Amino acid sequence: MEISKFINELQSSINFYGIIFYALALLIVVSGLVTILANKLMHSAVALLFCFFGVAGIYAMLAADFIAVTQIMVYIGGILTLIIFGVMLTTRMTEANERTAVLDSTKTAIGALISACSGIGLVLVFLLGDWKQVPLEELPESTLQDIGNLLFTNYIAAFIAAAILLLVAFIGAALIARRKN
Amino acid sequence: MMEIGLTHFLILSSILFSFGLFAILTRKNAILVLMGLELILNSANINFVAFARFAGLDIEGHVATLFVIVLAAAEVAVALAIFLNIYQNFKHISVDEIKDLKE
Repeated sequence: MEISKFINELQSSINFYGIIFYALALLIVVSGLVTILANKLMHSAVALLFCFFGVAGIYAMLAADFIAVTQIMVYIGGILTLIIFGVMLTTRMTEANERTAVLDSTKTAIGALISACSGIGLVLVFLLGDWKQVPLEELPESTLQDIGNLLFTNYIAAFIAAAILLLVAFIGAALIARRKN
Repeated sequence: MMEIGLTHFLILSSILFSFGLFAILTRKNAILVLMGLELILNSANINFVAFARFAGLDIEGHVATLFVIVLAAAEVAVALAIFLNIYQNFKHISVDEIKDLKE
C-alpha cells in the first residue's frame, strides 16, 4: 500500500510535458550545433535529420498534429533526401573536407558575434514582450478538418498559387539541372 | 521545474535561428548555407505554431506554416539544381570563390 501510494505521488509530481520538452530541446540544440560545426558535409546532413525530427516533436507538443506529420514527410522525406543527393553529387571523395572548412578565425568570430547578438536580441524581445494569451479549453481531436476548411475557403487563392509555384519550381529545377551545352 | 509556456518555445526557436544565421555567415560550402537557411525556416515555423497554440489553437498559424514548408521545398529544389550547374562549371561550390555565373 505504501509503495503504490509513493509511486502515485511520484507520478503526479513529475511533469512529463516538461521532461519531453527539455529532451526535445536538447536534441534540437545538440544536433543543430553538430549541423553547423561538423567537418564533413554528410555528418551535417545526418545531424539535420535529427534536428528536423526534434522540431516535428515540438510541433506535436504544440497540438499541431498535421504539421508534425507534414514536417516528417516533406522535410525528412523530401528536402533532406534532396540535400543528401546534393552532397553526394557535388563532393569528390578525395577532397571531402577541403571545401567545408569555415572562413579564417577572425571572420568566423565576427559571424559568431553577429549571430549570437541577433539570437540574444530575439530572446530579449520574446522575454520582454507582453504576449496576450488565450487559454485553451480543450484540445480538439485533430486539427486536420479545420486546416482543410481554412485552406479551401479563406486561403484558396494562396493554395492554388502555392501549387502552381511548386509545379513551376520543380519543372524549372529539372530543366536547370539537366542543361548541358 | 516551471510550467512550459510560450516563452520556452520562443527561446528555443531563437536559439535555432542564431545557429542558422551562423551557418549562413561563416560556412563556405553552398549546401551548408542551404542547411542554415532550413534551420532558420524551421525556427520561424516553431514561432508560428507556438503562437497559434497559445492563442487558443488558432489554425491560421498552422496554414502559414504549411505555406512556409511548401516554399522551402520549392527553394531547395531550385537551389540544388543551380548548385549542380555551378559544380559542373567550377568543380566546387565554395560560395566565397564564385564571382561569375559562367567561366
